Order: sequence, then C-alpha cells, then structure tokens
Amino acid sequence: MANVPSDLRYAKSHEWVRVAGDVATVGITDHAQHELTDVVFVELPEVGRQIKAGDACAVVESVKTANDIYSPVSGEVTEVNAAAVADPALVNSEPYTGGWFYKLKLANPAELTALLSPEQYLAQISGG
Amino acid sequence: MKRTPLYAAHQRLGGKLIEFGGWEMPVQYTSITDEHLSVRKAAGLFDISHMGEVRLDGPGAEAFLNRTLTNDVRKLSVGQGQYTLMCNERGGVVDDLYAYRLATEEYLLIINASRIAADVAWLEQQRAAFDRRGEVKLDDVSEAMGAVAVQGPRVVEFIDQCFSGHATAGTLVARVTELKKNQVARFSLAGQPLWVSRTGYTGEDGFEVIAPGERIEAVWDRLLGAGRPCGLKPAGLGARDTLRTEACYPLYGHELDENTTPIEAGVGFFVALDKGEFVGRAVLAEQKANGPAKKLVAFKMTDRSAPPRPQYAIWSTGPGATRIGEVVSGTQSPSLGIGIGMGYVPAGLAKAGTPVEIEIRGKRAPATLVPKPFYRKPD
Repeated sequence: MANVPSDLRYAKSHEWVRVAGDVATVGITDHAQHELTDVVFVELPEVGRQIKAGDACAVVESVKTANDIYSPVSGEVTEVNAAAVADPALVNSEPYTGGWFYKLKLANPAELTALLSPEQYLAQISGG
Repeated sequence: MKRTPLYAAHQRLGGKLIEFGGWEMPVQYTSITDEHLSVRKAAGLFDISHMGEVRLDGPGAEAFLNRTLTNDVRKLSVGQGQYTLMCNERGGVVDDLYAYRLATEEYLLIINASRIAADVAWLEQQRAAFDRRGEVKLDDVSEAMGAVAVQGPRVVEFIDQCFSGHATAGTLVARVTELKKNQVARFSLAGQPLWVSRTGYTGEDGFEVIAPGERIEAVWDRLLGAGRPCGLKPAGLGARDTLRTEACYPLYGHELDENTTPIEAGVGFFVALDKGEFVGRAVLAEQKANGPAKKLVAFKMTDRSAPPRPQYAIWSTGPGATRIGEVVSGTQSPSLGIGIGMGYVPAGLAKAGTPVEIEIRGKRAPATLVPKPFYRKPD
C-alpha cells in the first residue's frame, strides 16, 4: 500500500507539494517511485527558472523508462536537490524527504486548492 | 496476457508484474539493481517458463538440424548443448537459441518466448522441404514445459542438495555441480524427472532447469528454500536484461532480427561454414570472407548521464560529425555505475577506442566504443 502523507497536496500526475510559507517543495510520490522502479537519473530545472503550473520541468529516468515531471504549481525555482542528482536511488528510498526535486517561491498560492487532497490522491491510486 | 505456472509464486513474493511479449511477468521483486547485484555476488532465481521448447527426434534429426541451424550439431555428444542461430535465406536471424542433444536421436531446442510461433512455423516449413522428413519428428512442447534459471557464484553451494541422486540421462554425472558448462543431464525432484543444464544468460556460473509445467513450482520452491541461506533472491526480467547487457549477450528483437546476420551481430563463431549446406550459408560465407557492412559495437558513456536506450542515435565526433548508427540495447550498468549499450555502426567505424556521441533526448553525450563484454566474471 503506497504511503500518502497527510500534510501534502498532490497532482493527478503523481507529484506532491509541501508548503511552508510561500515556499513549495516538489517531488514524486511513493506510488510513482514504485511504478518507475529503480531511478537511475534525475534532471532538475535550473535555479532561477520561472515555471508555470503544468510545465514539464524535470525528468526522472528509471532503468525501464524516462518520465517528464510536471510542476503542480507556478513560481521561481529557488533550490534544487543536488543529493538526488548525485544519488538517484534517493527518489525510490525517500520520495517525500531525501528524494525531493526542487523548491520554488509560489507565484500563485491559490493554485494549491486545485490540487488533490491526500484522500483524493489515495482514491485515485486505489482505482477508486 | 499469458501466465506461467509460477504466477502465484510471483504474487506471493511481491513481484511487480508487467506485460512482456503477451506474458504477465515480474520485472522485479525488490529493485532491479538489487537483484542484479545479488546475481553477481551471490545468486538469483529467474522464471523463464515463458520460453519455448521444441523436441526434434529421429534418425533424420541431426541432419535436419544441421541444415536449419548455423552451428554444427554433430559436435554435440549426448548430454551437450550449444548456442546456435536459425537463419533465413538472406542470412537474417529467425531466432537465436540453444540446442541440446538429450539422447542419440533426441534433441531439445530452447527458443525465445517472443519467437515461438515464428520458429515453429519456420521449422515446419523447413521440415516439409527436407528429403528425410519422414525420419524427423517435431514436437512443440512449449505450453507443457516450465523452466527456471538459477545464476550466480554461490549456486554451487546449494544446487546439489535440490536434485537427489545421480544423473539418469544426458551427461552421466554423480551430481549437478559436476556438469561442465553447456552440459545437460536428467535428475529428479521428488521422484519426478527434470533436465538441468549448466547454462545461462547472465555472465555468471549457473544452471537452467526444465520440467513439466505442473512440477516447476516445486522446483522453484526447492531452489529458493535451499538458496536463501546463501543469499539467493528471486530476480525479474529487469535484472535479466541488465545482466545480459553487461555480458554483451544479444536479445532477439534488439541485436538480432530477420534483417541482421550473425556475422553483423558478432556471433560468427557460432556459424560453422565448413559443416556443409545450411539455410543462409551463402550470405554468411560472403560476409565472413569480405566482412559485413555494419557491425555490432559496445559503448560506454563517459560521464554520468541519463541511460542510453534502444533507438537513440549514435554520432561520430569532431568537425563533420554525423549520425552513424543506432543503439539497440542500453541501460545504466548496475555493476559499472555508468551507462552502457550496444548498437550498429558501419564496419569501418567500429574500432574499440573510437569516441562517439549518443543522442539522449535531444542532447549528444560523449561515449567510447569498447571491447565486449563490459563485464566478465572474476576467475
């Protein structure tokens, strides 16, 4: 059963968002990393890049496939996770902590309401 | 989707099941990297029941096989197997396979799961045209048989206790671990016969076990129980692919297809031109004499990169750089920690040491052509 933390918001495309003030941290969910299998390469956006919600802004490659990551929210990238680039296996082992992808300064916090709640995301991945 | 007799076992073990050539098979149980490294360091157990098995029996079987396959089946004593290929008239590969001589006039072919229908149709067609066809019996037993592969340096520590007694057919050894590479023998488990060969597709020491479908789960459980204390883990198709890529073994549909010859694929060693006439001989003789136009090369990425994948373009380097070929297999190598792959380039550009670039999602990343294989098991 995939882990779906209750303090996050979720996109249908399996990204999660953690909000602290006006900074959002983005990563992919436990369900997503399980579907991907071993992550071997992560490509992250440049710090300073202006992203709009829905933009393909990162790539995660597993042994079997390459997948685009779509930003659930808009804003300017303030930090990227060099540890995940150096050790892509973190995305599998710690999808919500050590395997985070990037942080951005939220341009439009209202976008968060369009994302799924933990219950809605759990229902989606359970086939509900 | 089709399921092997081990489907329930895969579910119990938490296998992640995917569609593979019409079969529902485990791509992994824990992680591809973990399973791959287990095979290299200890042992891994693979379900290969989706593969095909064909029996060719009778006084005409040897001559028929020598006309249909590229390697020389006359070299096989009872209880021996050989890697071989089946070619069409253009020298293109219909399939690559193993041929075993189980008894004087009894042969077993182990063929790729994706090619069972094509191979059986081809064999039937060839037999219909064979002048001694009345002396050749062909039996596709793929649906009736199951198979597993147990591979890794520690397999020798536990396999003997799994199959009691000495061999009763094939190479008549006292125990499984006395089989030499490519030898095959009949042993038994709980009184039921099965065949064990010292063969594999990983580049490690190991064995493959073929038994009737209804017995294969007992084989799987016996091996898993005996092997766990030695570090044996179930391993899926993901690790099977990364292991064979590191060993530079071809996979049909990638390095081999109906438009590619064994000479181009670098497996000309298994083409016995001097044995007499066989399908495709003329083309293969010409290529062996004059060299093929394209050649399979192995390459290693220079820096950390996204993994090279099939169909990615291979480019030459420097001024006037041009697209010279295409990747057919590629992956992040768990053993080497860098991207590796194989592809076809013009023969004149195939020298080891040549710098190339691999086009990965729009960007060209540096790589070098290297001798095969990427990985060789330590002596």
